[in-house]
Amino acid sequence: MRSVAVVGASLAGLSAARALRAQGYDGRIKLIGDETRPPYDRPPLSKEFLVSGTSAEELALTTDDDDSLGIDWRLGTTATALDAGERRITLSDGGDVRADGVVIATGARARTLPGADGMSGVHTLRTLDDALALRASLRSGGPLVVIGAGFIGSEVASTAMAAGLDVTVVEALPVPLAGPLGADMGSTCAGLHADHGVPLLCGTPVRRLLADGDGSPPGFSRGRVNGVQLTDGTVLPAATVLVGIGAVPNTEWLAGSGLTVRDGVLTDANCATGLPHVVAVGDCAASYHPAAARHVRTEHWTHAHRQPETAVRTLLAGDDASGRPPTPLPYFWSEQYGVRIQFAGDRQDGDSVRIESGDPEDRCFLAVYERDGRPTAVLAMNQSKQFTRWRRQLATGWTTVPT
Amino acid sequence: MEHTETLTHHATVLVACRIEDLPPGESLRIEAGNGTQAVAVFNADGEIHAIDDTCTHQDASLADGWLEGCAVECPLHGACFDLRTGMPSGPPAKKPVRTHRVSVEDGLVHVHVAAPVGAL
Repeated sequence: MRSVAVVGASLAGLSAARALRAQGYDGRIKLIGDETRPPYDRPPLSKEFLVSGTSAEELALTTDDDDSLGIDWRLGTTATALDAGERRITLSDGGDVRADGVVIATGARARTLPGADGMSGVHTLRTLDDALALRASLRSGGPLVVIGAGFIGSEVASTAMAAGLDVTVVEALPVPLAGPLGADMGSTCAGLHADHGVPLLCGTPVRRLLADGDGSPPGFSRGRVNGVQLTDGTVLPAATVLVGIGAVPNTEWLAGSGLTVRDGVLTDANCATGLPHVVAVGDCAASYHPAAARHVRTEHWTHAHRQPETAVRTLLAGDDASGRPPTPLPYFWSEQYGVRIQFAGDRQDGDSVRIESGDPEDRCFLAVYERDGRPTAVLAMNQSKQFTRWRRQLATGWTTVPT
Repeated sequence: MEHTETLTHHATVLVACRIEDLPPGESLRIEAGNGTQAVAVFNADGEIHAIDDTCTHQDASLADGWLEGCAVECPLHGACFDLRTGMPSGPPAKKPVRTHRVSVEDGLVHVHVAAPVGAL
């Protein structure tokens, strides 16, 4: 293999380029990214970055060591098609890239709310530019309405509240975070909003966004958002709206490539796709998890950081599985209202929850999820040390499950 | 536990614990006092190491971290530091943590905490 194209230049893409060199590959590496900025760290974007003077440069993921990797950067251009036979990638700038191996790491984008087109003051949060725009919007004061009480929405609500803004959170589901955490623990996490006086309205989907100039004839551009109307008729005044309703994998460009895409590019446990010499990693990939016996698309930082090591080994070694690192145990964290939330494992609906230590009401506890009497996942609030022990223990069991 | 402090040349010597209280794979956090940073002490497969406890990326205690070989992974964001050199091995941390000399005397783990940068 003499040339590898890595499509996607965020954490997963950069980690893939680093892994290629770390595993002895000395051919050409092209790193293609649709953003003009070099790779940066996204987790801070929903946190203090929004209200601090942190510069974009401080978020850079690259270091001086990366200069020696010999990466041919192709930033500011989007991959628009993959010809699998020739492994040729068409770019939005009119060029194309042919490579012996392809790493697909195109990530995901924020899901948008229909009807917000052309309305100012309505934000999603995924990129650094998104965060800078939201930061500017928040500077003009509240009220802020956060649509979606997931992790991104909750972190932004907490950050804005701490900065003195009037914040309301609305959630379409009856219980926030029930998907990743289950209803019990979802409620516990959602309780953080009430602890800090931030209203959380659940089970109330948004009907529409209201803007200055509503009622203007069609064709007139709409003004700034001024409110959020819920399906029960409630109107929440808003100077800024953050839409945090999940992410969509960036896989449209792969249409016609022959890859199977089902909420992400399907891969086996070692990141191999259905096409030879093409692997997929990070938010855009739905990888087979042997321990869970299903494909899982994981949108977490640690996953994007670690998984490329496996993908690159697959790309370079083919079917030789020796030395391949095991699929890492899913892990994510969140910080809201000064509380550190950490989760690791593979929770499924029906798992029971046992409080191992502390008290959820104190926002300082460790909960263990169990299935058939065996631990499957662990959730902690402000219990890092104990959490680390459990995470380690779960990871041991996770990797020893026969495949 | 109480830590005995002795000031020597630009280093504060702390008695961290008894050696048998820090078995392989374990770690503990000790306050260096005097407004200096806390220190994390590790037993990595029989080798005792001491580094600054606070991750250089964000405020998290490395003593709470995941010890693997001669590296500790920050419990929060997964930044890894080499316990021997303090160097980060990958994102999100980019700056090293300070390392501190360790000695074991009469069954007690002594940490020779280097003076904070700029204090000399």
